[in-house]
Amino acid sequence: MTSRSVFERILDPSGRADPYPLFAELRKTPVARQEDGTYVVSTYREIVELLHDPRVSSDRRNLGSTAEAPDGAPSFIGLDPPEHDRLRRLAMRHFGPPHSPRIVDGLRPAILALTTELIDGIAGERRADVVDEVAYPLPVAVICRLLGVPQEDEPQFHAWADQIIETLGPGEEDRAERERERRAVGLKLEGYLAELAEARRGQPGEDMLSGFVTYRGPEGGMTPQEVVSTAVLLLIAGHETTINLIANGMLTLLRHPDRMERLRAEPGLIVPAVEELLRYEPPVQLVSSRVALDDIDIAGTTIPAGSPIVLALAAGSRDPAHVADPDRFDPFRARNEHLGFGGGVHYCFGAPLARLEAQIVLGELVRRLRNPRLVADPPPYRPSPVLRGPRHLLIGFDGVEPDGQPYTRKRE
Amino acid sequence: MKVVVDLTRCQGYGQCAFLAPDVFTMRQEALLYDLEPGDERREQVLRAAAACPVQAVHLDWTATWHAAEQPAPPARRNTDGRIVIVGASLAGARAAGVLRREGFTGSLTVIGGESHEPYDRPPLSKQVLTGQVPHDHTMLPHLREVDAEWLWGAQATALDVAGKRVRLADGREIGFDRVLLATGTRARPWPNEAEAALEGVHTLRTLEDAARLRQALAARPRRVLILGAGFTGSEIASVCRELDLEVTVVERGPAPLVSALGGVIGDVAAQMHREHGVDLRCDTTVTALEGDADGRLRGARLSDGSTVEAEVAVVALGSIRNVEWLRDSGLAAGVWGVACDAGCRAVDTNGLVTDDVFVAGDIARFPHPLYQYQFMTLEHWGNAVAQAEIAAHNMVSDQAHRWPHLSVPVFWSSQFGVNIKSVGVPTFADEVVITQGSTAERRFVAVYGYRGRVTAAVTFDQGLWLEFYQRLIERAAPFPPEFRHVDRRAGVGPVPARVPERLVATAGATVVVTGHDPAERRASLLHAPQS
Ligand SMILES: Cc1cc2nc3c(=O)[nH]c(=O)nc-3n(C[C@H](O)[C@H](O)[C@H](O)COP(=O)(O)OP(=O)(O)OC[C@H]3O[C@@H](n4cnc5c(N)ncnc54)[C@H](O)[C@@H]3O)c2cc1C
Ligand code: HEM
Ligand code: SF4
Repeated sequence: MTSRSVFERILDPSGRADPYPLFAELRKTPVARQEDGTYVVSTYREIVELLHDPRVSSDRRNLGSTAEAPDGAPSFIGLDPPEHDRLRRLAMRHFGPPHSPRIVDGLRPAILALTTELIDGIAGERRADVVDEVAYPLPVAVICRLLGVPQEDEPQFHAWADQIIETLGPGEEDRAERERERRAVGLKLEGYLAELAEARRGQPGEDMLSGFVTYRGPEGGMTPQEVVSTAVLLLIAGHETTINLIANGMLTLLRHPDRMERLRAEPGLIVPAVEELLRYEPPVQLVSSRVALDDIDIAGTTIPAGSPIVLALAAGSRDPAHVADPDRFDPFRARNEHLGFGGGVHYCFGAPLARLEAQIVLGELVRRLRNPRLVADPPPYRPSPVLRGPRHLLIGFDGVEPDGQPYTRKRE
Repeated sequence: MKVVVDLTRCQGYGQCAFLAPDVFTMRQEALLYDLEPGDERREQVLRAAAACPVQAVHLDWTATWHAAEQPAPPARRNTDGRIVIVGASLAGARAAGVLRREGFTGSLTVIGGESHEPYDRPPLSKQVLTGQVPHDHTMLPHLREVDAEWLWGAQATALDVAGKRVRLADGREIGFDRVLLATGTRARPWPNEAEAALEGVHTLRTLEDAARLRQALAARPRRVLILGAGFTGSEIASVCRELDLEVTVVERGPAPLVSALGGVIGDVAAQMHREHGVDLRCDTTVTALEGDADGRLRGARLSDGSTVEAEVAVVALGSIRNVEWLRDSGLAAGVWGVACDAGCRAVDTNGLVTDDVFVAGDIARFPHPLYQYQFMTLEHWGNAVAQAEIAAHNMVSDQAHRWPHLSVPVFWSSQFGVNIKSVGVPTFADEVVITQGSTAERRFVAVYGYRGRVTAAVTFDQGLWLEFYQRLIERAAPFPPEFRHVDRRAGVGPVPARVPERLVATAGATVVVTGHDPAERRASLLHAPQS
């Protein structure tokens, strides 16, 4: 036990329910070298510094060791500027500002309608699994809608996304093997998307996939391969993350009934509450994709060129040097700066969408569930230390309020 | 409800533009927004403010969910008595709030020469001129409740340091124990008074100026003439092109922005002007403005012998510091500003630091340790805010708890759809190197060096890297930077910076700045090893 580093203990699934004492331990060494040569960074300032440091690459092909040599170019989450920026801009063009600023805001009614349907689905029950019944179906449905994936294909999508996520994780020793697994599933998903994209090329619609295949600008457009890798990225990156935010959110609110009560009285407070959830129970706990391109002096340590770097976002967001009373869940915290969506050029692409989904779903659950309570605390967790969240979240309740559509009413 | 974005902090993540698209709009990384959105946008704006990753969106405290944040500060000396602030704009108003936040319980009087509440000036040459935002939608939000007596439309005419009184134009005298001078600058007018009085000749500093100029542009003149291609002149030229108005820019220097950013970036700016259809005349000056019989501007004569016909001219030749009222005060106040120490305490004509007179904002001339203790004035939004914080803190603190103003200057401008930012003092340089991106793509980071040390960085639509380069400046890191990093293009190396002449000081020691919060920031001297 003692021979294992704090970080190894964090990776161990048995501690998944409450990793925060270990993260506090980890912060005692802001930049901690692991036996395999990985550097784990756990304090807020240092993480923010590295997220904005041009000597830090997200492209694993820059790793000193050459154990893995993935074929084909990675999607933009695994690329550096200028390639990253070009692809991100090309994708953003069909998703957000400056070219499409209203798409996400415009999804509000659709997300609410989906949420209403899901909560109506448990109206007759007195017990439900928030993960399976609500959190799980929503993000895929939304991203499928955005991309233009037909509804009947959604279940297949789910399965692929799950399989891929199980293979993502830090640690270098079995990475190559997991990488192979991931590629096998990835190929199926890619094949499917390539076909769909090809169909859209002939008959473009309003969806993002159509935008990806048809747009050509001064900077060119996406190659067919880039269309597929970007679509896969959007699907994967927004899937389990959002599920976890909703599940972690419900769990946290149920653990703090007084704050849940206040939220019921003042529904607008769901906005700062979701920010606090991203800080307090972040769905992405670790970012394990970085590589030092040069020697980096930080917090009294030198990270040698070529070293893998892990940014422990979950530890940084609870750094007492950054935020007062960090282990307290305070949904009404002022000026809440957290690392929930990362930072720098790779700042979460889908953050506005994720926020909206979580605000609507959690807002509706709080509003509509009568006397909700946890059935088991802690709930069972998924094994991943990177994307951390409950596998199931069983709750009991005395009934469900009828749908009142407060969001659609309040829109201007 | 009122909104202001701290664009020195903003990193262009666009979360606000996603969540409140009716209020915030983005052009690549250039953010423009309505400072006073209607109440029907309240929810949108609250969502945007909550989501900003760097918490740069500030609202009226009454509109937020949280009561005024800060807990009561630890007891300090000097928290009672009478404080007077002269100048009620960005620096003065911010200082008033900070004084209360820092626990000042005495009487507070703010003397504002203008007839309305403090407003934000940067939008005046941007979203107000395009018509995107009405000119009166520029009032600054109240970040907290401030108990103070605000005297609007009151001009201070004299400061009696020994007698501790401020005299007003109407003859009133207001006593103080400590005073903050924050009277800023005004636009430098066209020197020929008769020509300056022609109808159609404008300057741009105040809300009223902006309203007049907006009206003139909305009338769609056949051509607009802009005198001076500094930041303000360039931004106005950009607005004219956006409104599809013909515009001629006359600049004495070899390119736009040269006096602030040097010739390398100046060349890029010149290309931007021309690509957007600006008729840019460099190395040229206007020798006379010409009117018709009715006293309306008709055009101008230029130093190269040519003439330009224009119905509107904007004189954008820099600013004049509002120091005349301090003439007999015994302070070191002149065209250069009001000299002060790094703690914002004014210096008298003998060069001695005063104890009860503080200075902040565009008029303050202070020594910066990172730049060889040279005295500098910075006419930047971020500097006004930072200095107001430091001055207000020091006004209620004893000697042992005073903070030095060591923040590295940060500036932004948006023009031709590009967000330009700088950190450090770009004119303090002998060489420049493009480290990331490329000038041809209009997305790049340029790093400035002076005698082998990094002194500044300028970004075009790459603002989120600036913090990294700021740390290099603070650490006096070697120039040119030699490390491996992302987005490094082949074949680039340092080139001469081509900055305007400045005093060349002898380099003996290097100063580095450490610490993040104002309370912990310190400068220290690193002496070269003696040989
Ligand atoms: C058009 C424009 C665009 C700008 N754009 C940018 C930008 O993009 N980025 C950036 O960083 N900065 C920008 N700035 C600069 C920024 O606005 C200033 O740095 C800032 O306003 C300085 O604040 P201040 O309070 O020191 O001075 P000021 O804002 O000048 O305020 C001084 C106040 O004192 C009053 N006053 C003067 N004399 C007296 C007296 N004797 N008695 C009483 N009151 C008096 C004045 O009327 C005025 O209200 C811009 C400025 C302008 C004009
Ligand atoms: C609560 C939900 C979410 C969380 C917590 C989250 C978190 C994150 C984090 C921490 C990163 C940074 C990764 C890195 O730095 O390497 C990231 C990147 C990314 N996210 Fe999210 N995400 C969420 C939802 C979404 C959604 C819904 C989408 C898609 C619509 C999405 C798409 C992306 C993409 C494409 C990237 C890569 C960005 C880049 O490399 O430029 N995410 N996300
Ligand atoms: S950093 Fe904040 S203010 Fe700037 S664009 Fe992003 S969300 Fe808006």
